[in-house]
Amino acid sequence: MAILIDRKSKIIVQGITGKSGLLHAEQCRAYGSNIVGGVTPGRGGSLIEGFPVFDSVSEAVKKTGATVSMILVPAPWAADAILEAAEADIELTVCITEGIPVRDMVMVKRYLQDSKMRLVGPNCPGVITPGECEVGIMPGSIHKKGNIGVVSRSGTLTYEAVKQLTDAGLGQSTCVGIGGDPIIGMDFIDVLKLFAQDIDTKGIFIIGEIGGEAEELAALWITENLKKPVAAFIAGRTAPPGKRMGHAGAIISGGKGLAGDKIRVLEECGIVVARSPVKIPEAMQAALNKN
Amino acid sequence: MNIHEYQAKEILKAYGVNVPRGCVVKSARQAEKAYQKFACDCVLKAQVYTGGRGKAGGIKTVRDATQTCDTAKELFKKKLVTGQTGVRGLPIKRLLVEEIIDVEKEYYLSFTLDRRSSRYCLIASTAGGMDIEEVARTAPEKIITLIIDSFLGIKPYHARRVCAALSLQGKLIDEGIKLIQSLYKILLEKDCSLLEINPLAVTKDGRLLAMDCKINFDDNALFRHPEYKKMIDLSQFDPLEIEARKFDLAYIKLDGNIGCMVNGAGLAMATLDILKEHGAEPANFLDVGGGASREKVAAAFRIILSDKKVRGIFVNIFGGIMRCDVIAHGIIDATKNITPHIPIVVRMDGSNLDEGIKLLAQSGLNVETVDNLKAGVQQIVRLMNKKK
Repeated sequence: MAILIDRKSKIIVQGITGKSGLLHAEQCRAYGSNIVGGVTPGRGGSLIEGFPVFDSVSEAVKKTGATVSMILVPAPWAADAILEAAEADIELTVCITEGIPVRDMVMVKRYLQDSKMRLVGPNCPGVITPGECEVGIMPGSIHKKGNIGVVSRSGTLTYEAVKQLTDAGLGQSTCVGIGGDPIIGMDFIDVLKLFAQDIDTKGIFIIGEIGGEAEELAALWITENLKKPVAAFIAGRTAPPGKRMGHAGAIISGGKGLAGDKIRVLEECGIVVARSPVKIPEAMQAALNKN
Repeated sequence: MNIHEYQAKEILKAYGVNVPRGCVVKSARQAEKAYQKFACDCVLKAQVYTGGRGKAGGIKTVRDATQTCDTAKELFKKKLVTGQTGVRGLPIKRLLVEEIIDVEKEYYLSFTLDRRSSRYCLIASTAGGMDIEEVARTAPEKIITLIIDSFLGIKPYHARRVCAALSLQGKLIDEGIKLIQSLYKILLEKDCSLLEINPLAVTKDGRLLAMDCKINFDDNALFRHPEYKKMIDLSQFDPLEIEARKFDLAYIKLDGNIGCMVNGAGLAMATLDILKEHGAEPANFLDVGGGASREKVAAAFRIILSDKKVRGIFVNIFGGIMRCDVIAHGIIDATKNITPHIPIVVRMDGSNLDEGIKLLAQSGLNVETVDNLKAGVQQIVRLMNKKK
C-alpha cells in the first residue's frame, strides 16, 4: 500500500534535459521507479538516455498516461512548471527546486486551492516508498521497506533519521520530505491524514525545525485524530533568533517558531520527542511500545 | 535581505508615500550641514540592521548645529547593541538626519506573509510606535489583520475597512486607501518579505506620514532585482559572513570555538544542537548546500579555518547529491597552503564514501574520519578537551 507513490506510478520529469533533471531521472529509474519520460519545452520529440522528451506536460500526459511529475526546473521557472502540471491534470507533483520566490508560491498556492493536484515541496528531497518507487533525490540505499511513515521539513537530516531507523531495524512505509520553505504544498497534516489511512504504516516519525507553527498544528491534529504512535525530532533548539538558518522557512521571528515551544506542544499532545538527533530510533521505539 | 530605513523610505517616496524630509550622512560634518539645510529640530537615526534602536541609544534629538555635530560624532564611534544583535553589536556607519514632525496620533501598519494561510497579510494597529509582538501579547484587541486573496489583491473596500478600524476621518480615509494600495504594490513589485511602517503618523497639519519603515526583501527573489546587490551595507556583517556570501554559502557566525561544516540546513541545525548537548560551543552555522562544487567546499573550509576563535572543526556530511569525494577534495584544497594545527573530525556517509575516506587518508592531513554522527561529536569533544 504505502502512500502517494508505488511501483505502478507513472512518472515524468519536468526539466529532464537539465544536468540535475537527467541525473535524478536516471537514479530514480535505477531504483525501480517507472519514469516514462520528461518535459523540456523546445526539445520535444527527442530521446535522452532512453527517456522520451515532450514539449509540454499535457502532451506528455496524453502520450504516456503519467500521473506523477517530478520538477527539477531552475527557480525562476519552477512556479510556472508547477502550474503547468496542475493544468495538465497531474495528480501528484514533487517539486525539488530550491529558491522559488515567495510571491510566486503565494500565487501557486492560491491556484492549487481550486485544483485536485497534490504538491510536495518545493525545496524538498522528494518522496520514496522503499523497495518500490522513488520520486526525489534521496540516496535510495539507506531506506528499507517497513512500517514507519516518515514526514520531514528537512533533506539531509531526513537521511540521517532514516539511516538510524533502518540500522535499528525500523523500515519505512513511505518517506515524504515536505520542504523547508515558508510556503509549501502538502503540510504535515495532509501527509498524516494519508498515513492514518494506510494499513502498512504502523508508526510515524516527524522531523520538524524552527520557524512557523506547522509542528504545533500537526500535534494538535494528532491528539484529536490519529490513533497511531508518533515520535518526532525538532532541529534548531540552539539557533539564534532572527537569523535565517539555511532554509527560508527556518527563522525564529518575534519570539515565535522556537524549538522549545514546539517540543513542549508536541509532548503535551502525547508525542515522544527525541531530545538528541542521535536518538531517533529510541524515540520511535518508545512511541511504538507505549501504544 | 535587510535594507536600511533610509533606503526603505526612498522606495516609499518613489511610490508616492509621504515620509519626513531627511538626508543620509556618513560624517558628523555632513550631519551638521543637513541640520542647517532643514533649519529646524532634527533626529539623528543610526542606520543599522536591527530593531530596538531607540532603547539602545541609536536615535537622538538635536536642537542646534553644534549639538548635531557632537552627537553625530558620538554615534559614529558607537557599536549599537540591541536585543537582536548579540553582544558584539553593530557599527554605525550611516545616520539619517530627519526633521522632527508634530504628531497628532500614531498607528502601526505592515504587510508580511501569513504562513498559516500561505497568503500575504496586512496587520494594522492603533498602538503605533510599539513593538507589534508586544501589542499582540498585551492588547491583541488593538490589532486588525487582513488576509489578502492574491487573485483579488487589495480592493478599495478592503482598504476602507482598515481605515475604519483605525478610526481615520475625513480626507485621511482617502489618503489611507491610497497609502495601503501603494504599499501592497511595493510589497509585490519589490518582492518584500516584510514591509513595516511603525509608526505611521497623522501630523498636526492633517497628513499621513511614514515615520519609520522597515523592509526585508525575499532572498529567493534577488535574481529578479539585480539592483539590490548595491544596497547591501557590508559594514553590518562579520567579515567571514561577507566572504561566505561571495560563495553563496549559508553561514552564520556564532560565539563558540568549534567550526562546523555540514550539508543541508536541517542537519546543520541538528549538528549545532548535538554539539551543545555535549557541552561544546559551535563557532558557526554553515550549510554548504546540495550540489556544492569542490571550490565551494574549499571556500567553506577556508572560512572556518580563518575564524581565529576556532579551536577544532567538525565536518558532518550525509552525501546524497553531495558526494563524499568532493568534500574530501575541498578540504584538501583548502589546507594546501595552511596546515591546520587543530583537531579535525570528519563524519561522512552516503555517495562515494570510500573514495572520500581514501582521499583524506592519503592526504597526510591530521584528520580523523568516523562513520556516524554520535561517534563524530564524541570524538571532536574529546580531542578538544584533551588539548586544554
